[in-house]
Amino acid sequence: MSETTCQADKWVEGKDLLTRKAFVRLALGGVGLCYAAALGYPVYRYLGSPAEKAAAMAAITEVTLKDAEKLPLGSVLMFKFGPHPSMLIHHQDGSWVAFDAVCTHLGCTVQYQPERNVIHCACHGGEYDARTGKNISGPPPRPLRGYAVKPVSGGIAVSRA
Amino acid sequence: MKPALNSVCAWVDERLGVSELAQFAKAKTVPLHRHSFWYYWGGLSLFFFLVQGVTGVLLLLYYRPGPDAFESVRQITYEIDFGWLIRSAHSWAGNLMLAAIFVHMFSVFFMKAYRKPREFGWWSGVMLLLATMLFGFSGYLLPMNTLAYFATKVGLEIPRAVPWLGPKLAELVRGGLEVNEFTVQRFFTLHVVILPALFVPLLAFHLWLVQKHGNAWPPSEAAKPSAARRTIPFFPNFLMKDLALWLIALNVLALLASTFPWDLGEAADPLKPAPAGIHPEWYYMSSFQVLKLFGQWFPGISGEAIGIVLFTLGLALWFLIPLYDPEGKSGRRARRATYFGLLALAVLAVTTAWGYMGLR
Repeated sequence: MSETTCQADKWVEGKDLLTRKAFVRLALGGVGLCYAAALGYPVYRYLGSPAEKAAAMAAITEVTLKDAEKLPLGSVLMFKFGPHPSMLIHHQDGSWVAFDAVCTHLGCTVQYQPERNVIHCACHGGEYDARTGKNISGPPPRPLRGYAVKPVSGGIAVSRA
Repeated sequence: MKPALNSVCAWVDERLGVSELAQFAKAKTVPLHRHSFWYYWGGLSLFFFLVQGVTGVLLLLYYRPGPDAFESVRQITYEIDFGWLIRSAHSWAGNLMLAAIFVHMFSVFFMKAYRKPREFGWWSGVMLLLATMLFGFSGYLLPMNTLAYFATKVGLEIPRAVPWLGPKLAELVRGGLEVNEFTVQRFFTLHVVILPALFVPLLAFHLWLVQKHGNAWPPSEAAKPSAARRTIPFFPNFLMKDLALWLIALNVLALLASTFPWDLGEAADPLKPAPAGIHPEWYYMSSFQVLKLFGQWFPGISGEAIGIVLFTLGLALWFLIPLYDPEGKSGRRARRATYFGLLALAVLAVTTAWGYMGLR
């Protein structure tokens, strides 16, 4: 606080009023912000509710695919790992692999092409190795995320690698 | 920063003429007298309508009409974060909106604000009330719980009293012979598309008329010489008071919606009997009771028919009151109009109270 405002003999009416006005403005602004938060928070949570639930769903670490061991050689089973589309491939040599079926380029769902033994994305022509999930041609920047696969009694267990 | 802001303002103003609006707002005044309190109820109705718009759009994000209706409202109430609050606020604000409109309408009636040149304001206002009641009727079915099911069933039985045309009309509205998922779908369309499309232009017309003619002086004030009458500027004085009241309304709504959350009830089951003490919402209680009374006094379909005819007649007279009492001065017609208003108020109050007492 400056000297002039404290000294009664040099008191300027306008200056004091301005300070009070500023205070009231600040207080009103603060109250307004509180109201905005009190209205905005429930609406934000309301709008975000499905994403929050999906995130909780995505937190799972393992799914068991019932009767998946009957999957013929050289074919694919599409399934959901939490909310994410995923694929289980039974190779000709009897080995199993599972990947996240979302293309790492722009998020299209990829497809297994048994005749060429590649995983192909129709959106922009990206291709991945069907055994390792490695990106081998086209725009994808990263390999497909792989899952650990383990045959269990009555099905195939797929878990985060 | 400031010169840049000023030049942007000037640029916009040159093209949109915002300053003309500011000039208009500056010149506008609102009468100040001991009945000024009643001038705020139209604005209050508008506030609750805006709340309905916002909460209604939010509910649209999760609501599914048709066979899934109850399940989706159950999800909104119990699974979606704060869904119960949004739904409760929508139900409460709908009721408060109707209450505010009733107060607004009766205050306009008794202050004789329907007189020349405000006839169209009165007519559009009555139509807005009827549209709001239809909003209430159609919205009430959407959760498809037991109460909604029977309220709609009973409501759609009423036109039966009109020969041939009544049942046909009810079937068309219902989408079948019984209330079913098609009814929900139809009421949903009515509630979120047709009624808003009619309501919003009508409301714009109503508000434009209020701006055009200004607030009416009640007869007791209009009789005074103009020097003795006092006014306050609309901007900012009246507007600030208006907004302060909106803030109070918001607090009341928040308190009601959060401490008395709207009940979900049970899913409608056509094979279950109607629960004991089932009754319509308060704004339909009066007409419900009138129909019930006439049904008792004149058994058979004729009792209801008499009730409907009387109610329609009363509403028509209510609607046409500006033509009966058009003058800007007091007289026999003015007194009769006031008595008619008191009678209408008494009939509504007595039949509503009677209806609620009959439940016990």
